[in-house]
Amino acid sequence: MAFLEVKDLQVYFPIKGGFFNRTVGHIKAVDGVSFSLEQGKTYGLVGESGSGKSTTGRAIIGLENVTSGQVLFEGKDITSMKSKTKDLRKDIQMIFQDPYSSLNPKKRVLDIIAEPLRNFENHSKQEEKKQVQDLLELVGLSPESIFKYPHQFSGGQRQRIGVARALALKPKLIIADEPVSALDVSVQAQVLNFMREIQDQLNLTYLLISHDLGIIKHMCDHIGIMYKGRYVEEGTKDEIFTNPHHIYSKRLVAAIPDINPRMREKQYRYRQEVQEEYNQSYNDYFDQEGLAYSLQSISDTHKVALPKRG
Amino acid sequence: MSNKLLEIKNLTTSFRIGDDYYAAVDDVTLTLNKNEVLGIVGESGSGKSALAFSIMRLHNRAKIEGSVLLNNQDIVNMPTTNLNKLRGDDMAMIFQDPLTALNPLMEIGEQIGETLLLHNPRMTQKQRKLRVIELLNLVGIPRPEYVFEQFPHELSGGMRQRVVIAIAIANDPELLIADEPTTALDVTIQAQILDLIRKLKNEMNAGIILITHDLGVVAEMADRVAVMYAGQIVEIAEVHTLFENPLHPYTKSLLNSVPTEGQDKLHVIQGIVPSLKNLPRKGCRFAARIPWIDASAHEENPVLHEVELGHFVRCTCHAHFYFSDESKEDEKNGIS
Repeated sequence: MAFLEVKDLQVYFPIKGGFFNRTVGHIKAVDGVSFSLEQGKTYGLVGESGSGKSTTGRAIIGLENVTSGQVLFEGKDITSMKSKTKDLRKDIQMIFQDPYSSLNPKKRVLDIIAEPLRNFENHSKQEEKKQVQDLLELVGLSPESIFKYPHQFSGGQRQRIGVARALALKPKLIIADEPVSALDVSVQAQVLNFMREIQDQLNLTYLLISHDLGIIKHMCDHIGIMYKGRYVEEGTKDEIFTNPHHIYSKRLVAAIPDINPRMREKQYRYRQEVQEEYNQSYNDYFDQEGLAYSLQSISDTHKVALPKRG
Repeated sequence: MSNKLLEIKNLTTSFRIGDDYYAAVDDVTLTLNKNEVLGIVGESGSGKSALAFSIMRLHNRAKIEGSVLLNNQDIVNMPTTNLNKLRGDDMAMIFQDPLTALNPLMEIGEQIGETLLLHNPRMTQKQRKLRVIELLNLVGIPRPEYVFEQFPHELSGGMRQRVVIAIAIANDPELLIADEPTTALDVTIQAQILDLIRKLKNEMNAGIILITHDLGVVAEMADRVAVMYAGQIVEIAEVHTLFENPLHPYTKSLLNSVPTEGQDKLHVIQGIVPSLKNLPRKGCRFAARIPWIDASAHEENPVLHEVELGHFVRCTCHAHFYFSDESKEDEKNGIS
């Protein structure tokens, strides 16, 4: 039994218009996505803006309505809102992208972190304070800061408060939607290191959503690449980065700037080769609507979206 | 000598907070040659955008001291009428966020044409349209005749950024300042925009100042790199030198905090970037971030030292900086 299994997930948004504001069409934000997570591992979801990676994450935790498909968490179906019982909501938490807008500026750190605790558990004021202080210590902030407000912290510290809030209910799965893209490189390093540390300590599973392939490469064990709401490739980190099969993945990997200036020319030529290949073989990899085909396995762990043979 | 395009000497840009002025750009001296890309790197708050805005004189209420010479013309003390002839013509800027840089109520063609009209009033409407379409083609926008009549909201982020670039290069500027030109874009589009900037440099022989926090972009694009911290340039060198033999502790730490192959733990710089009001005005500004280094290692008034030809480093603390010392210090203090 997989820890979290997403089966043929579809999230469509209606396009309203015409007479009486009827639904005239759908935007297929997520269109038949399937994958599964292993406990204690990090799964990376990559794609450009608009590829549906965030919508997938939000649909799993229940922030978007699922059009069709199934999400199984430890074997239980958590797809529909009704089945998301309280216990389940405790087990899955989310870290948001922007630490400046995801914390209520009018609340003290104590109230921000204690909010999930107040929703689910009955604690006395003393116990609650103790727990919040423990959490702050866990994320490397001083326990005295419980009475401070978010604006008194730096970006990296705020993101840690966001993490502390996500950890309050001892979740098993954390969905991190671009957790560091609003932060500077050195602060980014701080948050990433820390996410790894607590993963080992608490046996957490991460679904890491990011457009930054450098971070995905650093953090993830398995990676899925999305394009226009569909999967184009899925595999282990090595498979994706050293042996990408789909032309879109190749292009994405080739586009990462190399940190070594001596590689400049080589990288430039490689990128042009890939671009040429992309232009030439576009029709082999995408159907008439420009969408990816369904996934075909090419090894145990490696799947690529290719047209069916024969 | 004739190759020198831009010369910045002791540029200091200060903003008023309360009753005092605080220098966001502090005593910056730089030169830029024709057909050269100078990368400026630093974290947010290091003053790199303030520097760019000072060169273009786009600050509203800042006190600017020092001199900025573009082709030997002093920009800092130039009357605004003369300056307006230079801006958009000899020097131009690519802004970070294409959505706010474009007028939402104006057609794309009109926006690009406006720059042309201001600097070449005698151009006929027909000529202008031809030139705009040529520019749209140059920046790689498909179906330029169609895009000509579109509004910014109808274009994607990458296309909008191309429009911003088209406006910047409309009059073949000699100096192009790109302030985080790809930060708002996806990687594949970033690669295309960088290719475009590279092509422009080679074709127009322009000098480009590329401001970014992305070290990968700098490694790919720049000929020389200046690293800024807290308003000052802390290190400046040719790109290969900077990446292979970085000296200043800040440069080293930055390079180490980028995820690379086979790295288990990323380097974290202690402390935070000081805000403008709390900048240490004396001594090495980076000292607070590397507390394990003895105070005597820093200079009292750190200046840039030329350690090898064209490679400048501020302060003497770099000679005493080793990453391994930090963890030793931690062990001593009982932090793991």
